[in-house]
Amino acid sequence: MVIFDKPHALTDVPLHYCPGCTHGIVHRLVAEVIDELGIEGKTIGIAPVGCSVMAYDYFNFDMIEAAHGRAPAVATGVKRSDPENIVFTYQGDGDLASIGTAETVHSAARNENITVIFINNAIYGMTGGQMAPTSLPGQVTQTSPYGRDVNLCGYPVKVCEMLSQLDGPEYLARVAVNNVKNIKNAKKAIKKAFENQINGKGFSLIEVLSSCPTNWGLTPQKALQWIDEKMIPYYPLGVYKDRSAEKGDE
Amino acid sequence: MADKVLMKGNEAIAEAAILAGCRHYFGYPITPQTEVAAYMAKRMPKIGGTFLQAESEIAAINMVYGVASTGKRVMTSSSSPGISLKGEGLSYLAGADLPALVVNVQRGGPGLGGIQPSQSDYFQATKGGAHGDFHMIVLAPDSVQEMAELTVRGFELADQYRMTAMILADGTMGQMMEPVSLDFKFRDPVEKPWAVTGTGMKREHNIINSLYLKPDLLEKTNFDRFERYKVIEENEVLYEEYKMEDAEICVAAFGIAARVAKNAIDQAREQGVKVGLIRPITLWPFPTKAFAAAAEKVGHFLSVELSMGQMIEDVRLAVNGKAPVSLCNRTGGMIPLPEQVLDAILSIHNGGAK
Amino acid sequence: MATTQYLFAGFGGQGILFSGKLLAYKGLIDGMNVSWLPSYGPEMRGGTASCGVVISDKEVASPIVVTPDVLIAMNLPSLDRYESAVRPGGMIFVDSTLVERKVERTDVQVFYVPATKIASDHNIPKMANIILMGKVLAETNGFENEQAVVDALKKVVSAKHADMLDVNLNAMKIGRDYQEG
Repeated sequence: MVIFDKPHALTDVPLHYCPGCTHGIVHRLVAEVIDELGIEGKTIGIAPVGCSVMAYDYFNFDMIEAAHGRAPAVATGVKRSDPENIVFTYQGDGDLASIGTAETVHSAARNENITVIFINNAIYGMTGGQMAPTSLPGQVTQTSPYGRDVNLCGYPVKVCEMLSQLDGPEYLARVAVNNVKNIKNAKKAIKKAFENQINGKGFSLIEVLSSCPTNWGLTPQKALQWIDEKMIPYYPLGVYKDRSAEKGDE
Repeated sequence: MADKVLMKGNEAIAEAAILAGCRHYFGYPITPQTEVAAYMAKRMPKIGGTFLQAESEIAAINMVYGVASTGKRVMTSSSSPGISLKGEGLSYLAGADLPALVVNVQRGGPGLGGIQPSQSDYFQATKGGAHGDFHMIVLAPDSVQEMAELTVRGFELADQYRMTAMILADGTMGQMMEPVSLDFKFRDPVEKPWAVTGTGMKREHNIINSLYLKPDLLEKTNFDRFERYKVIEENEVLYEEYKMEDAEICVAAFGIAARVAKNAIDQAREQGVKVGLIRPITLWPFPTKAFAAAAEKVGHFLSVELSMGQMIEDVRLAVNGKAPVSLCNRTGGMIPLPEQVLDAILSIHNGGAK
Repeated sequence: MATTQYLFAGFGGQGILFSGKLLAYKGLIDGMNVSWLPSYGPEMRGGTASCGVVISDKEVASPIVVTPDVLIAMNLPSLDRYESAVRPGGMIFVDSTLVERKVERTDVQVFYVPATKIASDHNIPKMANIILMGKVLAETNGFENEQAVVDALKKVVSAKHADMLDVNLNAMKIGRDYQEG
């Protein structure tokens, strides 16, 4: 009897992520959802620039590696070309909320029928721990060595809150992957985001609060606690927009 | 001539693209190419295609990247400052070996520059246009008919060699109307087994990517790509020779500059000056051999350009010191008059040129 | 003449580009090589509009009209700007309702047509350009092939405004038959 197995949508390539990084969890959740929905053969994933730049090696379906921040624009092209295919982007906070803010906002405003998985770990991981658009006030990083000074570099970007002001997007939710309960909720949200696309409902973005023990300078376990203690109070979990629910479709 | 219609150059590009099977256009408004977008906005919805006004030039070129990844013909158009913004995307298209058509209806620069015709993006277009080792096929029309024909050709070359083809036009070419025949001979479509169309659970996954963290692998990819470029340089050079048979002076000019130069050459010929024209139609690959061959016969070259002199460097490389190469130019949106070109020709003829 | 260069100039909104297009289409129908090149940009909005048309029995070399054989000036700034550019022996057509001064050149043929007033008198206020065009065609043997004029009009009057065809044709004839004096 098989109790635990690798989702078919994941390849056998070993992940390069640091010990305790939650990218692996989110990859797995996405792959499980794609397996469960039976859409692997028609899914196109778009990897960002950031730690998950090599996600194209980890997923079994067709993949594109996009320029930094441009994944939603690339996804727009792919989806407009083959609307019957399922297109998602997988982006970090620097990619989605800093250099790619315009692409994020406008793909949401257009209600592009795509799914966006947004990894918010409040730091630039791949380049070695610089301040991200989502780094918390006071957070020490390589480029905010005295702590993020909001007078100097402003406040973090709250993506779900910001996008919820738009009429365009279908579904916006913030989840976390720092404990079993949160992971289960995260999977539910991710599944709904893909189902929305299958049902032609439009733009769904799932913001996933994630850990970066290496660049936070914490043990994996402490990093998961840091999500609870620091991140969730600033970035409350929940559904920020669900147009179908508002309209009473469900 | 009943089969010919009067069309603006920008519209001819758009209609030719549609006839070539392009069903996806992404752009951002900028003078003097907006007619391309306007034409696409009108036509695409009626033929089941996509016209999308992107939030930025950067988004537009990345939407192009997305469609190109799926193997379908796709294009964007802009003018000089907009092309600079697309530079990142052009480099990624090259790195991922994706076919696309990009139109640059040039205006004066640098910076915001002006909106009048220019050829000052020659370096940008022919020497890569962004970071990394790469080329684009660069096609330079000198008539509305060529705007249309080179659009079709551009899509075909892009598909064949898996790279970007750029139409390098200028404000004059985009805005002028001339009779055009849209009766093209199309090449057979190219198979695109590399496209990301969904595995259908029947094949290994395809990956569109320009990231190579191992330098030896990246080097090999670049070497291989440049082997392909060699084939293009061997087989795809296009140029026109005008009154070169007995020429003692050779004018080098492309696009609108070549049209002006033809007037000047005709006038010079009436005065008994043996002058001809080599008009590069492909700016990359550059017709190096044609200029090298001319250098064996003519005593002086004159590059006529709407820039501070950019193509002149390629003419000099091709001529390789065998004859002097002079410049006759206007820039910033100004166009040389036939009289200015004639004066330059006569000055060379009378031995007065530098 | 193997090659004739026309320059149309006036205010944006006077139908300058339309007149040029009409002439270019007529040339095309007559079996000639033609080019039409407009000015473009912000100056078009409310300012000066101009377009150059080249009609030739040879391939058109430069489409840029610098020294026109025929100048059609529909306002004073246009006449001021382009009068000196006209080739000696060429023609200048002036909308004399809007241009009060006389042409100073003595080496060109000049035709004064109060096109705007005629249009207003006939209650076809937007047709001054076509009335002037009628005169231009009449003086350049353009009506030798009258069918080509009608066909050219059909090409430039968009399908949306097909009802305007007769109005245009009528305006053209008023211009053709206009005699100074």
